[in-house]
Amino acid sequence: MRSALVALLVLALLPLALSAMDQGFYVGFASRVLIYAIAATSLNLVLGYGGMVSFGHAAFVGTGAYVSSIALAEGLTSAWVGWPLAVMASALLAWGIGAVSLRTRGVYFIMITLAFAQMMFYLVNSMKAYGGDEGLTLPHRAELGLGLELGNDLVFYYVVLLVLALTLGGLHRLANSRFGRVVAAIRENEPRAEAIGYPVHRFRLACFVIAGAFGGLAGVLLASHGKYVNPGALHWLQSGTLMVMVVLGGVGRLWGGVVGAAALLGLEHLVADYPVGWLVQIAPNYQQHANLGVGVVLLVIVLFAPRGIVGLVTRTRNART
Amino acid sequence: MSLILFAEQALNGLQFGLMLFLLAAGLTLVFGIMDMINLAHGSLYMVGAFMAASLVKTTGSFWLGALLAVPATALLGVLLEVSVLRTLYARDHLSQVLATFALILIINELTRIAWGSDATLAMPASLAGPVELLPGLYYPAYRLLIIGVGAAVALLLFLLVTRTRVGMWVRAGASNREMALAMGVNIKVLFTLVFGVGTALCAVAGALLGPMLAVQVGMGENILILSFVVIVIGGIGSIRGALVGALVVGVADTFGRALLPLLFGLVLPPQFASAAGLALASVMIYLIMALVLFYRPQGLFPARG
Repeated sequence: MRSALVALLVLALLPLALSAMDQGFYVGFASRVLIYAIAATSLNLVLGYGGMVSFGHAAFVGTGAYVSSIALAEGLTSAWVGWPLAVMASALLAWGIGAVSLRTRGVYFIMITLAFAQMMFYLVNSMKAYGGDEGLTLPHRAELGLGLELGNDLVFYYVVLLVLALTLGGLHRLANSRFGRVVAAIRENEPRAEAIGYPVHRFRLACFVIAGAFGGLAGVLLASHGKYVNPGALHWLQSGTLMVMVVLGGVGRLWGGVVGAAALLGLEHLVADYPVGWLVQIAPNYQQHANLGVGVVLLVIVLFAPRGIVGLVTRTRNART
Repeated sequence: MSLILFAEQALNGLQFGLMLFLLAAGLTLVFGIMDMINLAHGSLYMVGAFMAASLVKTTGSFWLGALLAVPATALLGVLLEVSVLRTLYARDHLSQVLATFALILIINELTRIAWGSDATLAMPASLAGPVELLPGLYYPAYRLLIIGVGAAVALLLFLLVTRTRVGMWVRAGASNREMALAMGVNIKVLFTLVFGVGTALCAVAGALLGPMLAVQVGMGENILILSFVVIVIGGIGSIRGALVGALVVGVADTFGRALLPLLFGLVLPPQFASAAGLALASVMIYLIMALVLFYRPQGLFPARG
């Protein structure tokens, strides 16, 4: 608990330090990392805590992004209207997709969540009124009121941080509540949980819907951050990326999503923007093939460190004590 | 809707469905026998298309190049199975998803390094023109070739799976893996074999579709999802299910795109009709999948006994 507070405090002080070092660009980058952290954390709820390998999380993120953007484009400028609307739309979609897909198990479930997400991808692609495949550019961010100007990147960063803190706090409480215990019991042994008398389907669906809603919230922030949304936000590679973040950080670990998002986006940024001298000597174009490195690292992690970065850290710490 | 247009769309649907079947057949057997999810299947289709493009260029003959691309790609597939995928069978689905997702990234970049982001693969000049099937019904000769090859391969595969001893092992493995193992089927060799055949089918589809679609990095990713839909509709592990599912998806998608905007045009003003029609057409196959799952969660032809 104390380490969590310290981490949040560090994150809260980060922009001040960055401004002091005249690295204002990184405030925006940090916001992006935190938004992906929220999305990955919401996926971790289904994937890690619920044990459901959902491969369509981008559908909920993208729906949140699109609904909030469309609300803004249609003149609903208040964040207090557009954002809840977007979150509810994502939750509703998660309820619909979950109700059908949770009837299946194993590879069926993976493929079905994937296919439904792809359906949403094609749906927004065909929405010519809202940009179609070119996406939707927003004139400005939503209005928050309370004397806070969301258009200011620093204010926006703190709003994102607040949402992340609430998401993590919510996930922590949820995981340790009666609900969380039942979901974990279903993950560990479904027939037994059913035999005890828990309505397995309803619990799993509730877990799926909560995760979808938080995913939608991340989508809202994502669209708001770049003032732009395109169908790429719903593409299945996006779902895959979120999954990579969760596994990289740690499946079923509270901070797994945050660590994974920071690790992946940080790595991408490092490779793309900081050429390494000796690598450029050997392969001049290596930065264009950064995904090769990401792929190899991911493959190695999956094959040799399936518990992710948080898992590695806690294991070495436990070994020491 | 004239009869000519209808026949044309039916043939298009059949052609698309047969190509989907080639992809789905390998995938469904891999899923069915080893309970393993392989996202890199679409990448092998892409590699098949690139392989064909470069071999056609080297040999100067479409037929020779396409024919050589099939065993070459299959060999790569077997290498992939022996080196990486084999270690994943005992792992959980999440690990399989992530490892094969990593393989997509790796194969995409390696393809880009080896062949560039795209390649040109032209259809043979003798087949570039249309053929008059019925009075007034002209149909591209190349599409007819695809239908012919697709149907022949489908038939061959069907006979292989239902009439031969190897096919019996495959069906036994899909129905009950442990029991097949206990009865002395060498699952390890069998799976390498199945994977090789699946990759070869990918290469056939890649080489045939290459001249019609663009041969580019990422071409396998969207068609992979369609193959998933096919398998889910048909039932994992079932060749018959894959065939039925592929034809359903191919025909429904083709007709949806051609017919729905026209149908909506009857009841809606034109500017909404085409938008609504296209939107519904793009999601229709997924709705069919949802419907099938709602009534038959195991698909139309479940393979597990």
